[in-house]
Amino acid sequence: MSLDIWMRENPLSYIWIGSYAVAFLIFAIEIAMVVHKRKITLQQVRLMREADESEEG
Amino acid sequence: MAINWFKYSAPTTFYGLAGKLIPWFAISAAVLCMVGLYIGFVVAPADAQQGEFYRIIFIHVPSSILSMFLYLIMAAYAAMGLIFNTRLSSMMASAIAPTGALFAFISLWTGALWGKPMWGAWWVWDARLTSELILLFLYLGFISLHASIDDPRRADRAAALLAIVGSVNVPIIYFSVQWWNTLHQGSTIKFTGTSMHIAMQQAMFTMLVACWLYAITVTLMRVRSIILERERHTKWITELAEVKS
Amino acid sequence: MNKLSLFSLLILVVRRDLVLAMRRRADVLTTLIFFVMVVSLFPLGVGPEMDMLRKMAPGVLWVAALLASMLSLGRLFSADYLDGTLEQMLLAPQSLSVLVLGKMASHWMVSGLPLVLMTPVLGLQFDMSIEAIAVLILGLLLGTPILSMVGAIGAALTLGLRGGGVLLSLLVLPLCIPVLIFGTGAVEAVTSGLSVSSHLSLMGALLVLALAFTPWVTAQALRISME
Repeated sequence: MSLDIWMRENPLSYIWIGSYAVAFLIFAIEIAMVVHKRKITLQQVRLMREADESEEG
Repeated sequence: MAINWFKYSAPTTFYGLAGKLIPWFAISAAVLCMVGLYIGFVVAPADAQQGEFYRIIFIHVPSSILSMFLYLIMAAYAAMGLIFNTRLSSMMASAIAPTGALFAFISLWTGALWGKPMWGAWWVWDARLTSELILLFLYLGFISLHASIDDPRRADRAAALLAIVGSVNVPIIYFSVQWWNTLHQGSTIKFTGTSMHIAMQQAMFTMLVACWLYAITVTLMRVRSIILERERHTKWITELAEVKS
Repeated sequence: MNKLSLFSLLILVVRRDLVLAMRRRADVLTTLIFFVMVVSLFPLGVGPEMDMLRKMAPGVLWVAALLASMLSLGRLFSADYLDGTLEQMLLAPQSLSVLVLGKMASHWMVSGLPLVLMTPVLGLQFDMSIEAIAVLILGLLLGTPILSMVGAIGAALTLGLRGGGVLLSLLVLPLCIPVLIFGTGAVEAVTSGLSVSSHLSLMGALLVLALAFTPWVTAQALRISME
């Protein structure tokens, strides 16, 4: 009940905390995951390349 | 200068092109998002009926629109990959799926937060809400099927078939849910009738474009990782500057 | 070898699968027992008020039928896949779609039809009226084949995967929502004195659509999974 009253008194904080903050947090997490994935993949590819080179050399 | 577009449908060239484009998309997404929020929160007036609460739509409506369009685009890419056997299309399909699912989730979440002050309930079994939930399920099915098949080629093709079946089913599901909803109860609140202020429209449109640009940015970043992973045995990958260093 | 007509091929596949199912009667019974048990758990969960149970009955029975048919879908292709029969079927000169249709039909006879036959008893448990039970059975008769056919697509896509059973439900259940809506809608219409023909015609239309497309799609899915 108290949440009901609070949201009616502070509609802007309600939508900012409830919707926009959550949405931007999700976007931030997604970007972080994508960047992390790229880092990991690059690392793997580099390792493979080094392994190939040492085999040849 | 004539550009050969087909050149960019090969992963080799697309990888470089995407790398060059990503910063531009990312910057314009961020700028437009700021502009959209400024118009939406400072310029646009409060709504006569809904007060300040309506301002949720600047994130809610774009994410709903995106979640639906991204599914169609994903299914189209998947179908292209299945029919013409183009590698890049299948990679694009699997790169779009997580972003689409997240937009569907954001749409549901913000919808619930809008529903609480407006309808007095976090969740209403409204036709649109229910369809959005089912859309999220379809995304999750695509992602988990793709993830549980080890062979990437089989994963691409199986998930593509599922996406096509899903997109054929979406109209049937939407129609049946609407039917079901009218059977149980009339829709309580409709948007029609309340004319939107011009600034509200501008804010919503700007946010929509920003969300599109964001989705493109993340998809391109993801598809670059997928290309690197899938093509790691090829020569051009080992000669890339970022791999060599 | 004589060239088989499509129809006799269909009969052949159905008969073969039915014989195989009769050798493992326990599997068939498990599905049925699961269905009865899920339905009987609901009154224990929500309380014994007859008014509420009567209203819930079509939904409960349909959802239970949906879950029960998911249970047996995993076995649709897996036995043939493991002993190599499926590979032979893919290589056979006969149409794979027809073979698949035969397997769908026998799957429905083994796992769908018993549920339909069991429904009157369970309907009485929920104090449903005779007309409501009749409409429910009609809806199930039209709807459970669709579940088998749409489920077959999922079964073909998840063939041989680890954790296939749960994944299968995740893929197939959202696609089955229209069937659930029209099936329960028909019963609701008859209890409130409305005409049921629109619901049942729509269900029939879905059945025709499914008959036309799902065998071919399932055949494609099998080819993807087996290559």
